[in-house]
Amino acid sequence: MAASEHTVLQFNAPSTKSLSAKVHPLVIFNICDCYVRRPDQAERVIGTLLGSVLPDGTVDIRNSYAVPHTESSDQVALDIEYHHNMLASHQKVNPKEVIVGWYSTGLGVTGGSALIHDFYSREVPNPVHLTVDTGFRNGEGNIKAYISVNLALGDRQLAAQFQEIPLDLRMVEAERVGFEILKTTAVDKLPNDLEGMEVTMERLLTLIDDVYKHVDDVVEGRMAADNSIGRFIADTVASLPKLSPPAFDKLVNDSMQDQLLVLYLSSMARTQLGLAEKLNTAAQIL
Amino acid sequence: MAGSTARSFLQVAATEEVASPLRVVQIEGLVILKIIKHCKEFSPALVTGQLLGLDVGSVLEVTNCFPFPIREEDEEIEADGANYQLEMMRCLREVNVDNNTVGWYQSTILGSYQTVELIETFMNYQENIRRCVCIIYDPSRSNQGVLALKALKLSDSFMELYRANNFTGEKLREKNLSWVDIFEEIPIKVSNSALISAFMTELESDTPVTQCDYDRLQLSTNPYMERNMEFLIECMDDLSVEQQKFQYYYRNLSRQQSQQQTWLQKRRAENLARKAAGEEPLPEEDPSNPIFKPIPEPSRLESFLITNQISNYCNQINGVAGQSFNRLYLMKALHDK
Repeated sequence: MAASEHTVLQFNAPSTKSLSAKVHPLVIFNICDCYVRRPDQAERVIGTLLGSVLPDGTVDIRNSYAVPHTESSDQVALDIEYHHNMLASHQKVNPKEVIVGWYSTGLGVTGGSALIHDFYSREVPNPVHLTVDTGFRNGEGNIKAYISVNLALGDRQLAAQFQEIPLDLRMVEAERVGFEILKTTAVDKLPNDLEGMEVTMERLLTLIDDVYKHVDDVVEGRMAADNSIGRFIADTVASLPKLSPPAFDKLVNDSMQDQLLVLYLSSMARTQLGLAEKLNTAAQIL
Repeated sequence: MAGSTARSFLQVAATEEVASPLRVVQIEGLVILKIIKHCKEFSPALVTGQLLGLDVGSVLEVTNCFPFPIREEDEEIEADGANYQLEMMRCLREVNVDNNTVGWYQSTILGSYQTVELIETFMNYQENIRRCVCIIYDPSRSNQGVLALKALKLSDSFMELYRANNFTGEKLREKNLSWVDIFEEIPIKVSNSALISAFMTELESDTPVTQCDYDRLQLSTNPYMERNMEFLIECMDDLSVEQQKFQYYYRNLSRQQSQQQTWLQKRRAENLARKAAGEEPLPEEDPSNPIFKPIPEPSRLESFLITNQISNYCNQINGVAGQSFNRLYLMKALHDK
């Protein structure tokens, strides 16, 4: 920068403009659990975030652990030894996960945060600061990610400014497990194969009904037509392969027969086992 | 009530000894996510980890867990692994995590977990802790939209037999133990703290379709089915090898018995002759003769385990086939529209 000869106020913007972060649901779970188990007098919990930086610059936060700390009005003491021990342990299991930042509970950035952020800046360049509002102060659980931008006057560091970065909270991993299991406080039984299928079919059915209703409404002029929705519906219908009825029947029947055969085989195996069991006990009695 | 207050401390302590049977394993959502993450990241390699929690009456609460590094066949590294475990437990205790070991978790391929190693590990754990559970997660099944999580323990009668290392047909009959009774599956309950429940409700997306639904509606289950069948056939081969062992044993046994009979008849005839001659009769048993040496009966443990695996594969095939039928009919109905 040519202007650096003059004494000007500089905002050192981070090198990658499109910095964003992605959170694994495990991290949220871990933070909440640590918060629930925090020591008596502690106001908040802080900890280290582990993960990796994806090729497109997104910070993928995949794991975390809490670090004990003590906090007074103007200073923060972090148990650095604990932090290093835990890091070494985590690295043994998964060497690919490195420090990407740190988290704290509470709404937004607080005073002591700059000090802790400073510490993590020495561990890794450009750490991400994740805040999770476990107090639900605004009536909602805010989860935000920040990076720090240095404010410098000439060569002198003046302050650090925390800048919010976009955070991807779509959790494919959580969807895989199912929100029904994760969002309630108690689930008595895990769904088995067919129960899960039933739920999925019901959802599909309601979706199809919705589409029908929408199309009917538009056709009868009860609702203004939306081109983009129309295009989506057309694409969906077109994605069904066009097969002649005999070909389709053959396809379905073939796979049905395959399945039946396999089912038959497995039943046979099971019958054999039952028989062998009976014969074994009979042989022993003789 | 008066009677119960009158009981001495000693009596109470004595009655406490009789533990109520383990009915339910209550897992935190956090543990489920941790297990899945660890098992998925290293799949298809098999990984294990330790479960931490509390033992409350007939419920075993699993509140946290940590992964083990992948084991290597080296003495030095093994000691390192033990250190890692202690270090991790110490660290977790510092942040107020329950640090009682309640068992371990492991990943599996297509549910082929019924092995001697699992039984050995279980016995090791059981020696140190009273209540122990093994949680099995199957990443390959989870790709089909099923949460393939299972909590297992060994049945008490089986453990007794295993300690005595006695798997002869006679003993098994005495205990009335068949292959179904080796493993006991314990129902799993999931619990989450209110805080997590609030966050998850907040974070749940509005879209009616989730990743889980996509996975379930995948039409191509054939590769999965194929591998299942392959494993099943392999197991069948193993089972027939085991059966041959037994046939061999029984053949040897009957040959020995007939040899013993002929020897005995000979000896009796000899004794009759000696009696007639006024001599002392010879004993009717001769331990030094090789035909009286008992032939060791092969252990039935292996065949029991294989049988267990086969029945497991059959169950899986049935489950997947059931799902496929659903999908096929669904597709047909959609196409007919």
